[in-house]
Amino acid sequence: MKSVYIDSVGSISSQKTFDNSEFLNEITVYNDNVISVIDPVYKDYVAPAAARRMAKGIKMGVVASKIAMNEAGIENVDAIITGTGMGCLVDSEKFVSAIINDKEQYLTPTSFIQSTHNTVAGQIALGIECKGYNFTYVHSSVSFESALLDAKMQLENEEAATILVGGVDELASHTIGIHKLVTHIKQEKVSSTKLLESKTTGAVFSEGANFFVLSNEKKDNCYAELAAIEIYNTLNIENLDNAIIGFLNENNLSVADIDILIQGNNGDVIYDTYYNHLSHDLFSKIPQVYYKHLSGEFNTVSSFGMWLGAKILKTQKVPNEVKLNNIKVETIKTVLLYNQYRGENHSFVLLRKC
Amino acid sequence: MGIISAIGNNVEENYTALIEGKTGISKISKIDTVHKNEIMVGEVSYTNNELENLIGLNSDNNYSRTALLGVIAAKQAIKDANITNIKEYKTGLISATSVGGMDMTEKYYYDYDENEEARRYIDSHHAGDSTQKVAQQLGIEESLVTTISTACSSAANAIMLGARLIKSGRLDRVVVGGADCLSKFTINGFKTLMILSNTYNTPFDENRKGLNLGEAAAFLILESDTIVKAKNKKVYAYVKGYGNANDAFHQTASSEYGDGATLAMEKALSIAGINASDIDYINAHGTATGNNDLSEGRALIRVFGEDMPDFSSTKAYTGHTLAAAGAIEAVYSILALEHNVIYPNLNFKKQMKEFAITPQLKLKSKNLNTVLSNSLGFGGNCSTLIFSKQA
Repeated sequence: MKSVYIDSVGSISSQKTFDNSEFLNEITVYNDNVISVIDPVYKDYVAPAAARRMAKGIKMGVVASKIAMNEAGIENVDAIITGTGMGCLVDSEKFVSAIINDKEQYLTPTSFIQSTHNTVAGQIALGIECKGYNFTYVHSSVSFESALLDAKMQLENEEAATILVGGVDELASHTIGIHKLVTHIKQEKVSSTKLLESKTTGAVFSEGANFFVLSNEKKDNCYAELAAIEIYNTLNIENLDNAIIGFLNENNLSVADIDILIQGNNGDVIYDTYYNHLSHDLFSKIPQVYYKHLSGEFNTVSSFGMWLGAKILKTQKVPNEVKLNNIKVETIKTVLLYNQYRGENHSFVLLRKC
Repeated sequence: MGIISAIGNNVEENYTALIEGKTGISKISKIDTVHKNEIMVGEVSYTNNELENLIGLNSDNNYSRTALLGVIAAKQAIKDANITNIKEYKTGLISATSVGGMDMTEKYYYDYDENEEARRYIDSHHAGDSTQKVAQQLGIEESLVTTISTACSSAANAIMLGARLIKSGRLDRVVVGGADCLSKFTINGFKTLMILSNTYNTPFDENRKGLNLGEAAAFLILESDTIVKAKNKKVYAYVKGYGNANDAFHQTASSEYGDGATLAMEKALSIAGINASDIDYINAHGTATGNNDLSEGRALIRVFGEDMPDFSSTKAYTGHTLAAAGAIEAVYSILALEHNVIYPNLNFKKQMKEFAITPQLKLKSKNLNTVLSNSLGFGGNCSTLIFSKQA
């Protein structure tokens, strides 16, 4: 079985992450309960006319994938695999509201076409004329990890040599409104520097796209090795320790071997208990990092977590702003990511230094 | 295997309708759409209430119709596979949907502000929700559960991933399939694309007028050799080959000569390690749109040449069940293998002028060993599965 490597990254997020020569050099602090992305100049990557026609999710996905492919120095891949919780949500909302408002009359197909979940993967394929395998996973907070797992299996078994994998989700106003109603979005504005002290329910909603070129050949400028992934539809907090120890054992590791734990805390006082449990107990002596104060929460935000892990491993630097504790580490060799959303759809991802 | 569709509420009813040539296409009765007089659909006969009662749900549940259909089909599959303890083996669930909870989204869209009771459906809007409910109803916990949405090839891709997960040893057993209900969203969407027929759909017919939408769910249980041996299980068929490729031509239309479909079939044959001549029956995607049947037909000719195996589309029975179609037709393909029978392609009258291939028009008994099933979707997504009696 071949090993799998992260060759390159492309990130569009609520921080300025689209420039791969930087690594969170300047942090944008937000004071809100819904935050958007810091846009690159899209027309630097796609023709202005095309960019105007594209839904935000497509634009972010296409450009993030271009950034990743440019960095990898490749023009095509063997497969494209994306994860998205909600797809091109703005168009979905546009089409539903038009159906209701105009009583099923005078509709045009554009927003219906774009609302299909696999539009981003299809558009990327169309753009680079990639006739290879093309999958889209749509399973809440493990949409991205499902894509990652699929890619890893293909690369391990040499069914493909390079695969573009990414997670993308966009914000849309109706969804924001109803998620505020049920307090999945925080009622109050929160400073991103104080997210974990908020002690309220809900998260700060956001959007973004994080794409990666994965391959099964180790290259000089490789970011990290993608060592293992595990997905759990349910996981009780009582079983969390066992699950994580079991996962590490399967990879011949113990907790002490982990140099950094990257957690998906989003400031929701109810569901952060999972992360706090690991922070205070099993991983209390391990350096810990969090990121959703920088990126916000969305279904595929764990792809930003992997971007962070990959950057940390490549640069061997941990920006102060993401540190959850002050435990120091000399050489960062092994990084473990843990994420879940509202207590469901948990994932572990293990990265190793190249 | 488990299935619920416009032609039956279980495997037996579906099979009977197929061999009797009975369509499930009718006027729409369960959705109040302004287009009800201009379209025909394949509706599941049960109302949501009846489905909830069958499953035993309380009235305060937040199941979309997609989830209700999915649970019914998945539970049938578990029963059919004689699984009494789902935790005995490492079991995952890969489902597929494109509509997801859209039926409830469009129903309560503007009501959430006022109607607190309706807010429980907010959690069921996302596409993974129906899958999570199926997992919960089957007792699949702490396991790999995910959802694929690649438009009309989704469930074929779920079966493909399931097969690969078992092959790689990550799972011992996996429940694979898909579910989609009818919704105003899809009815109006396909209407704007002008590919809905106002009468019974006619796959591969020269005068085809477009597709009928359908709703359905189907699930299959894939198990590893180890389980089959240990439990001495009856095996319906083997997932012998699979292939996915992208047409990379247009967001919704298929390329003129079916490049993606050709590639998908060639990949599946290569994975199966067999030749095109080994295929005994093709269950075509055959949606009865002008574009699909021409493009797919040409792709079939590219792969099979002069020796075209018997082929038919079953869309005239069920309508196009979108993300579920790949699983529905996997069940039909496997039933064809089991009973050594080829289903007639209904409503065909006139030969298409672009090529000479003609679908099977009468029920045909024939010894079948290997069946190929195509599923083609938006985003250029093309998938092929090959089922065989032999491992």
